[in-house]
Amino acid sequence: MMDISIVLPVLLPLMVAILLLFFWGKTQSQKWISVLGSMAVLGYNSWLFITVYTGSMLTMQAGNWEAPFGITLVADVFSVTMILLTSIAGVAVSIFSVGSISTARIRFGYFPILHLLLMGLNGAFLTGDIFNLYVWFEIIIIASFVLMTLGGGKAQLASAVNYVIMNLLASVIFLTAIAILYGIAGTLNMADLSIKVALIENRGLVNVTALLFFVGFGIKSAVFPLYFWLPSSYHTPPSAVAAIFGGLLTKVGVYALLRVFTLIFIPDSFLSTLLLAVAALTLVTGAFGALIQSNARKMLSYLIVCHIGFMMAGLAMYTDTALTGAAFYLIHDIIVKTNVFILLGLVFIMYGSFKMPDLGGLYADYPKLALVMALVLFSLVGIPPLSGFWPKLFLFEAAFDTQSYVMIGALIFASFITLVVIAKMWSQIFWKPNPNTLERIKHLPSFMELSWNRRAILISPLLLLTAVSLYIGFGAENIVKLSSQIANDLMDPSGYIEAVLGTKPQTP
Amino acid sequence: MELLLAIVVGILYAAGIYMMLRRSLVKLIIGLILLGNGANMLIFLLGRITKGSPPIIPAESKVFLEAYADPIPQALILTAIVISFGLQAFAIVLMKRVYQVVGTDDIDQVNNMEETL
Repeated sequence: MMDISIVLPVLLPLMVAILLLFFWGKTQSQKWISVLGSMAVLGYNSWLFITVYTGSMLTMQAGNWEAPFGITLVADVFSVTMILLTSIAGVAVSIFSVGSISTARIRFGYFPILHLLLMGLNGAFLTGDIFNLYVWFEIIIIASFVLMTLGGGKAQLASAVNYVIMNLLASVIFLTAIAILYGIAGTLNMADLSIKVALIENRGLVNVTALLFFVGFGIKSAVFPLYFWLPSSYHTPPSAVAAIFGGLLTKVGVYALLRVFTLIFIPDSFLSTLLLAVAALTLVTGAFGALIQSNARKMLSYLIVCHIGFMMAGLAMYTDTALTGAAFYLIHDIIVKTNVFILLGLVFIMYGSFKMPDLGGLYADYPKLALVMALVLFSLVGIPPLSGFWPKLFLFEAAFDTQSYVMIGALIFASFITLVVIAKMWSQIFWKPNPNTLERIKHLPSFMELSWNRRAILISPLLLLTAVSLYIGFGAENIVKLSSQIANDLMDPSGYIEAVLGTKPQTP
Repeated sequence: MELLLAIVVGILYAAGIYMMLRRSLVKLIIGLILLGNGANMLIFLLGRITKGSPPIIPAESKVFLEAYADPIPQALILTAIVISFGLQAFAIVLMKRVYQVVGTDDIDQVNNMEETL
């Protein structure tokens, strides 16, 4: 009897998507199914998380093909943490979509595609096979293409071009890397690759393959020289879509980098220097980019790039502490970035613009909501004891341990610029009196005139994610324990290999 | 055969990248298609080409007695072809739509449009 408990995080969103297709055009029922479905997935994923976190790693061989031959699904602590976060963000975005996505978009299949995207994300986090990872990446990007362009006007289509082209190119590079890897190692199972790649004598070829993987994942996760598509496309889709993109899509790339560069390619001196340089440059250039923007969403897009640098820094320094920091930052970043985009979506519904010169007076108009938003923004900056502070502590410690002083400079610089940028945003959106420059906002009903239901639907995802990020901040002890376990598993993959292949790897 | 395939893969990659560096949206798609085909050929090439020995164990023996053609690269290529077909179809429709809405197929102008909006 095959244990299907690992497949369910993939199957459940698929079933929700299929169910949604039966209600094509019935927007009201689609909204209910979508929210309830994403909650069911969250419930299941939490159960799986607890099972794996308190018990042991789960594996499943698809079709009962034994390990290096078939497709393996692996649920280790890192994977289940990621699917849990995906489903939390999924619930929040699903609820926010109910309130903010236009009926026209829902009529053209917004919700089924959203759930297919969540399915792809769960699949990518659970797979233990490198080619299967490629397939999940393709599912993610085709779903994201549709969400990106659905119902779009001129601006949305024009910026989707960059997004589509860069992601297609990344896939081709990823596929090329897989081809070469299969040629030199003769296997696709990641645990098996971990053993076989270490034995290959032609290290030059291995490094070239590693670089191809780095470029492929680097485009997806938007690291330094490869990030230009991100700020030019994330500011046009609807806020709910931007939230799921900003929170999760780049993080899949980071997850893949963390997985591949700890399990298959252990960075040697050349690779780790490269990773360090890329991480530092991502931090600095992302921060500079954010400084000069006046569109709040564009500014946040640059902050996404900047903060990818923190996770890359953790991977580059490659110590236990550094990876703990990277894992913690990943956990914090998914929740907070999703939340910040939802926050901006609320601002857009209230004032009808993302351009900061046109905004203002939120603190005067909605003082209680402004307080919650302040918590979100402070978490993003990392003001202690909120969630962004703790991972930075680990990253600084690791940077001092490995004596990478340039990295310390870059980390401090990026944190400082994040603070400056958020302070600018605070003063522009919340404190400055509203300039009342927008004509069209006068025709729209104001936020307080919306029905009580609609307001509750729009605010509840913000509150949900804020609660989660407060827990990450104040319950940091538990998250540190979780991230250090993730870091341990990444540093010493023998447990992973043993769980997949059923035999202990021989140490050469 | 290997040498010929290696040259073909090289030409496909070079032509694909050259086309992607042009500014026209249509050429960009053609470039992507060429690159995708190049990647598929590369998988085929690196899966070690073995002539005339299908991976079927003879009835009288229990294991493979001689070198056999690896079936995995073909499975991978098939998957990759199907996926790239879907993605390219989407990309072509998107480019057509962008051309209709924006009124140009020059990527620089499309990007300028996006900057000003």
